[in-house]
Amino acid sequence: MFNKGTELLNLCKKQNKKIYEIVIEKEMNDANISYEELMDKMTLVLDTMINSSNSALDKEIISISRLTGGNAKKMENYKNQNKTISGDLITSAMARALSTSEVNASMGRIVAAPTAGASGILPSALITTKERFNLSDEDMIHGLFTAAGIGEIVAKNATISGAEGGCQAECGVASSMAAAAIIEMVGGDVEASLNAASFALINILGLVCDPVSGLVEFPCALRNASGVANALISADLAMAGIKSLIPFDEVVDAMYKVGKAMPETLRETALGGVAATPTGEKLKKGTL
Amino acid sequence: MKNYGVFDILGPVMIGPSSSHTAGAARLGKIGQEIVDGNFYKVTFYLHGSFAKTYKGHGTNRALVAGVLGMDPSDERIKDSLNIAKEKGIDIEFVETDLGYEHPNTVKMIFHYKNKDDYYIIGSSIGGGNILITNINGNKVEFSGDYPTILIKYKDQKGSISRISSILSDRNINIATMKVSREGKIATMVMEIDNPIEDEIIGLITLLDEVIYITGINPIER
Repeated sequence: MFNKGTELLNLCKKQNKKIYEIVIEKEMNDANISYEELMDKMTLVLDTMINSSNSALDKEIISISRLTGGNAKKMENYKNQNKTISGDLITSAMARALSTSEVNASMGRIVAAPTAGASGILPSALITTKERFNLSDEDMIHGLFTAAGIGEIVAKNATISGAEGGCQAECGVASSMAAAAIIEMVGGDVEASLNAASFALINILGLVCDPVSGLVEFPCALRNASGVANALISADLAMAGIKSLIPFDEVVDAMYKVGKAMPETLRETALGGVAATPTGEKLKKGTL
Repeated sequence: MKNYGVFDILGPVMIGPSSSHTAGAARLGKIGQEIVDGNFYKVTFYLHGSFAKTYKGHGTNRALVAGVLGMDPSDERIKDSLNIAKEKGIDIEFVETDLGYEHPNTVKMIFHYKNKDDYYIIGSSIGGGNILITNINGNKVEFSGDYPTILIKYKDQKGSISRISSILSDRNINIATMKVSREGKIATMVMEIDNPIEDEIIGLITLLDEVIYITGINPIER
């Protein structure tokens, strides 16, 4: 049982285990299910994630509101021209994150991770890491449990709702979960995982939730793309040995307090940020 | 501090775009379909708050209709539910309205029948796919649809609660939550139980003299 990052770290150290092992044990105990049942459920999660990350890469998927779509395919085509500025890995990761976001906006099947609005980040981070290091599906499953452990801590001590904490609580937390998962997948230690999780949250601390027309489309999909990049670079920062001056648990508290301090206009109401620009207002009238 | 499990963070596996506007809406429709008789020819949805403002862009309308057609929140046919309803000959109507002091994501679903009175259900989508049913045809209730739920209306008299609960305990069924309210001489009881609802239990409770109405509602998938 753990409620805080420090408790998770101590459990891992005492039992000489990875985060994912502790999370699996906790879940089997809390939900009273067998290892096989738990793996079956997580495999369904992974399969759904892999599908949503791929399906908008080679065909244009347009949202129900018809406001957005087709950008995952654009990104994938661009990557294939080998002229990218930020490199194949980042552009490919962004294309996959956009894919899940577009599947979501078109009423396709996704996994909320931790929410539907942020659902593109974790799948893309796991697949990108798997391909980069030739890892297995099992490694991705382990990464999912690591990510879930970090998400549980944030949900318990802060929030994972945009209406409560802004986009930092959705895309920020998804990046944080993904960064920690990447570290365990590539063999980093628990401290590095928590550092990476801290970096990802700190990097977007204060990010507002301002969906145009109140729909989970723009800028949500963009922030899924930048969110997976954030996860990847946060993992690299931590693997380089850089440490967070502020411990993970305190970063989570800070994120919560920043969310509480945000005016309601910037928390999923579509009354502030880019949603409240002249063009945002015009689009709102057109779609509703 | 609420305890979270792995699949509260990685889940639900759902049809997008919004857990509250789409997945929760599908569960509301589905629970409506579980409660009412199946031979309705028309459903009218009164949409309140954010449901009324954003239902088209979020596909709340398609999700609600999918639910009343019996689909789960992860069913990929949700997107086409309006056409599927048409094919099945079920009329669908949406009305944007103000239901008063309700949660921002609230719907009143009225099921219309050819040969009997309309029947309505009010419920809210309260976040992350969680729902709360607050009114069943005029009876104020409060339950989540996460557990097997039994709704009973009865003439209030001494010993009713004990008679009903002993039927359950005799069959080794644990009651998770119980809520009883009374208007005039008619009481309404909502029980969430830990075991699947069996027809036998419903039959035995129906036999009690004071019972006017009983229905069992199975949990709705996430």
